[in-house]
Amino acid sequence: MIDHNTNLGESARITDDAARLVPRLDISAVLSDKREETENLRECFTVEGLNLFYNPNIHALKNIDLTIPDKCVTAFIGPSGCGKSSLLRCFNRMNDMVDGCRMEGKISLKGQDINASTMDAIALRTAVGMVFQKPNPFPKSIYENVAFGLRLHGMKKKRQLDEVVENALISAGLWEETKDRLSDNALKLSGGQQQRLVIARSIALQPEVLLLDEPASVLDPISTLRIESLIHELKRDYCIVIVTHNMQQAARVSDFTAFMNMGELIEFDSTDIIFTKPSLRETEDYITGRYG
Amino acid sequence: MDSQGEHISNQFDLELDNLKTLLLEAGGLVERQLAKASYSLLEYDTSVAQKVVDCDDEIDSLECKIDESAHLIIAKRQPTAKDLRLVLTIIKTIRDLERMGDESSKIAKMAIRLSEETESRIGFAEFRRISERVQSMVKSCLDAFARSDVAAAVEVAKEDSTVDMEYASAMRALITYMIEDQRSITRVLNLLWALRALERIGDHARNIAEQVIYLVNGTDVRHSNIEDFVVSVNKTD
Repeated sequence: MIDHNTNLGESARITDDAARLVPRLDISAVLSDKREETENLRECFTVEGLNLFYNPNIHALKNIDLTIPDKCVTAFIGPSGCGKSSLLRCFNRMNDMVDGCRMEGKISLKGQDINASTMDAIALRTAVGMVFQKPNPFPKSIYENVAFGLRLHGMKKKRQLDEVVENALISAGLWEETKDRLSDNALKLSGGQQQRLVIARSIALQPEVLLLDEPASVLDPISTLRIESLIHELKRDYCIVIVTHNMQQAARVSDFTAFMNMGELIEFDSTDIIFTKPSLRETEDYITGRYG
Repeated sequence: MDSQGEHISNQFDLELDNLKTLLLEAGGLVERQLAKASYSLLEYDTSVAQKVVDCDDEIDSLECKIDESAHLIIAKRQPTAKDLRLVLTIIKTIRDLERMGDESSKIAKMAIRLSEETESRIGFAEFRRISERVQSMVKSCLDAFARSDVAAAVEVAKEDSTVDMEYASAMRALITYMIEDQRSITRVLNLLWALRALERIGDHARNIAEQVIYLVNGTDVRHSNIEDFVVSVNKTD
C-alpha cells in the first residue's frame, strides 16, 4: 500500500502518534481463556456504559461495555432486533442522522472520544469505513467508484489516483477480474464483485476500521467465501467489525465474538470459546439453535 | 440432553437422541458380552463363550452405524458447543465400546482355550474380583454418560487405578504359580491374557468417563493423573 495520508488531510486520520499512546489492551481480563496470541492486542474501540435510545420509549442498547481489539475480526451475533446493527452504527456515528436518537456513554477510537465536539464526523467516517448488506456502488465506472472518495479528499494527480485505485482493487481481490474493464459501469458487475468494489472504495481511503453490516447475506455461497477470505486478508491492516446472522460465518471469519440479545451484550469472548464452550446458557442456547 | 432445552429444529433433536440411543444400545451389548465372557471363563461354559465370540460383529456394525449418523450430523447440522461435544463424545465413546467388545471376545476365546486344558481354578478368585469391578465400571461410565453425571465419571476414573493395582498384584501371584509349577505355564498364561483384557476394558471405561467430563464441562482431562483430574474437575464445577 502506498502512503497517501498527506493528501487526505491530517484531520481525516487518527495519527500514528495517537495510536502509539494507546495502552496495551488487557484482553485477558475479559476472556475466560488466556491465550498467548491475545497478549499483544491493542484496543481499537472502547465502549463504556453505552445506552442508545431511538426515542424516549425505545431503549435500543443497554449499558454496553466492550473493547474491540485492533487488527482482529470481531463479530456481533444475536437475534433480529437485538441491537447489533445499532451498536455497529454507533462506531461511525451513523445514528447522528436518525431523528430523536440519543446516546449516553462513551466510545473511544484508539483513545479519542468519537463523540467529542472536536471530532469531525466526516473525518471519523473516513477513518471508520462501512459496508452494507446490499452492495451500493455509485452508478459510475469501476474506476470512478474507487477514485470518487479520493478526489473528494483532494487527490488530483492522475498517476497517484491510478496507483491507489489499483492497490485498493488488489486488496479487495477484484483487480484481476476488473483491470481490463475499469471504465465499465460498476452496476454491470455481479453482486459479489459489487460488494468487493464497495470494500475497495472503503479501503482506498485507508481507514482504521471497516464496519461490515451483513456483507455477504445477499451473495451466493462462492461470493460469500470470497468475501470471507478477503476479510481474513484485510484484518492484517484493519480492525474489522462484522454483523452477521450467519453463525457459521461468524465462527469462520472472526477472532472474537460478541453475543447480544434484547439490546444487551450477553457474552464477549474469543470465537473459539464462544463456539465450543460458551460461559452462559443463553449464548449456548442461541448458537446451538435452541429456544432461549 | 433433555434437560437442556430443545432445538428449534425438532429433527435435529431427533437425530441427536437417536445417536445417543444407539450408543447406549451398544453400551448395553458390551455390558452383556463382558458378563457372559466372564461367566464362561469362570464356569468353563464353552457354548456361552462361543456365543460371545459370534456376537462381536453386532457391536462392530453398531459402531459403523453410529459413525455414519455422527458424520451426517456434522455435515448437515454443523453442531456447536454442547451439541458438538456430544457428537464428538459419541464418536470417541463408540470406539472405546468397540474395543471393549473386542477384549470381551478375547476373554471368551481364552475361556475356550482354558476349557481345553486340565481343570484348575488357579487365579480364578483374582479374575472374579477384577471382573466384578470392571463390570461395575462399565455400567457406571454408561450411566454417567446417560445422565451427564460428572461425579459418577470421576468415580469410574478412580476405580481404574484400583483395577490397575489389582491387576499388577494378580500378575505377581500368577507368576509365582508359574515358577512353582512349570506345567501350569500355558494355562496360567491364558488366564493372564484374560486378566489383561479386563484391565484394558477398565482403561476404556476410564476413557469414556473422561469423555463424559468433556461433554459436560468442556474440559479435557485426558492424560492427567487421578489427583490432577479431580482438581481440574472441581475447578470447573
